[in-house]
Amino acid sequence: MSAAAVTVCRQQVEDFLYAEAALLDAWRLDDWLLLFDEDAKYEVPCNDAVDGDPARDLMLIDDNYARLRARVARLNTRRAHREYPHSRTNHQIFNVRVADPDVDGAIGATASFTVWRFRGGKTSCYVGHYRYRLRLSDNGFRIALKRAELDMTDLRAVSDVAIIL
Amino acid sequence: MSTAIDAAQMPIVADDPGAQRFRVHRSAMTSPDIHRAEIERIFAKSWLYVGHESEIPNPGDFVRRPLAGRPIFMVRGVDSGNVNVFHNSCTHRGALVCRQDSGTAKVFQCFYHAWSFDSEGRLKGVPDRDAYAGGLNFDELGLKRVNRVECYRGFVFASFDPDIVDLLTYLADAKDYLDLVIDGCGGSVEIVRGTNQYSFTANWKLLVENSIDGYHAESTHDTYFKYLVSIGTDLRGGVSGRAIDLGNGHAVIEYSSPWGRPVAKWEPLFGDDARTEIDRLRADLVAYHGEDRAHTMAEVNRNMLIYPNLIINDIMAVTVRTFYPPTPDAVDVTAWELAPVDELPSLRQRRLDSFLTFLGPGGFATPDDVEALESCQQGFASGGVEWNDISRGMGRSPMANDEEQMRAFWRRWQHQMGAAADLAGAQ
Repeated sequence: MSAAAVTVCRQQVEDFLYAEAALLDAWRLDDWLLLFDEDAKYEVPCNDAVDGDPARDLMLIDDNYARLRARVARLNTRRAHREYPHSRTNHQIFNVRVADPDVDGAIGATASFTVWRFRGGKTSCYVGHYRYRLRLSDNGFRIALKRAELDMTDLRAVSDVAIIL
Repeated sequence: MSTAIDAAQMPIVADDPGAQRFRVHRSAMTSPDIHRAEIERIFAKSWLYVGHESEIPNPGDFVRRPLAGRPIFMVRGVDSGNVNVFHNSCTHRGALVCRQDSGTAKVFQCFYHAWSFDSEGRLKGVPDRDAYAGGLNFDELGLKRVNRVECYRGFVFASFDPDIVDLLTYLADAKDYLDLVIDGCGGSVEIVRGTNQYSFTANWKLLVENSIDGYHAESTHDTYFKYLVSIGTDLRGGVSGRAIDLGNGHAVIEYSSPWGRPVAKWEPLFGDDARTEIDRLRADLVAYHGEDRAHTMAEVNRNMLIYPNLIINDIMAVTVRTFYPPTPDAVDVTAWELAPVDELPSLRQRRLDSFLTFLGPGGFATPDDVEALESCQQGFASGGVEWNDISRGMGRSPMANDEEQMRAFWRRWQHQMGAAADLAGAQ
């Protein structure tokens, strides 16, 4: 599909992001992984370097597809102790904006997020901005990049990023 | 009562070499009185890691951060070029004078009444100074320096204790291990941009133990080792090595491991291109330091505690980690990645990957350590069991998966705490 031929409205993107959030909240991680292209990245920069470049700067998460698959495999076992038993999560998405397709035909989308995490009587809340690059095919959207930039100044209140944002 | 007297004389750290038994009473992790005494007797009386000189390379560069919970900032003096470490408090009425986490400044102006100080701490400006009839003594009203500040090869330490021994004496045999880390990186290291700042609800001494604990790796971090296998690491050969007491409470475990090291142990997932560079790095180490020391730098891992609260782990990447307990059952951790300057981008990429997958709070190992330590703290609350057992490896030449390194910490801890860590006082 040529770049010029792609026209996407915000509601399509929102529907896709809501469906992705539902898979995460249901811990259907194998299905969630199917949303990603095999050259995809999942990135979470450090709180004090939200513009972090994974080639140069320390990131909290810098998953290529292989590592993302390993992350899912780990979270599916009973030996990911921080997440066994799993937290209850609620991935909430707001302020979705869709950009024109780039030269490769990928669609940029940004959104605000709040991810609530509840486990063992403890409440945690992650707040930040998503940056997506999405590709539209006959089977719907696929994720080329998901980047979660945290607005919290540090991880003191949440301890870790053991769940997927 | 005689039982009370006995208890009062019994230390919280019960070291019984005769019986080859070493135990720590769990009140060390839970008692508010012990925690208060630690702040006064340990954190106010030790050399504490402030930061690395590479964070403030140019005149006026600064970083601010808490040092043992107290707001301080470190700035490179514009006139002197020296590293200055100041209490972050205006000498007039107290407000913070440095209110950004990092940056470059010639002047630090308190926004409250606009008193201003230069990067050497000198008071330079006071609005309406004529109002002070007797005149202001500017010399007395400069920023207050933390009592003692010394650097060792770029690592900046400070102490609130004016009478503490000099840094090199304090570091004891830990100095040689710092040298191994730095010289192994070619002699010049830097902090990588991006900081891990996280907290959890467990006593800080559990993180001391965990950071130098070889015993837990296989059981707690099973998923990490499975990940290593999935990316092609050969786990045969496993982990083996020894534990060493470095004096003054410092300790290290050093051991061989299956994983690769950017300096300088190649493994297939580094790729063939990186092999040439790693071979070159290793050959340089041999040329400068001889084969034995080069082997220790290149192939041997080090998890080192610099007492009381600095961890430098030189493993598949190098972490510099410090922490402080705001309460008995909470710990604030700040961790950075250390790396050679001018590292080949492909090796830097491997180093970054290795750090975040194992050491980072979004990785495949650190969250499980956090879970383990919080789980211990919760277990203590159950009561019934009074003592932790730290005897592993007593009576033999201590291995890296023994607990001698922890005993070195605890012996120093008990010594510094003195009567404040008697059993009766902690109940």
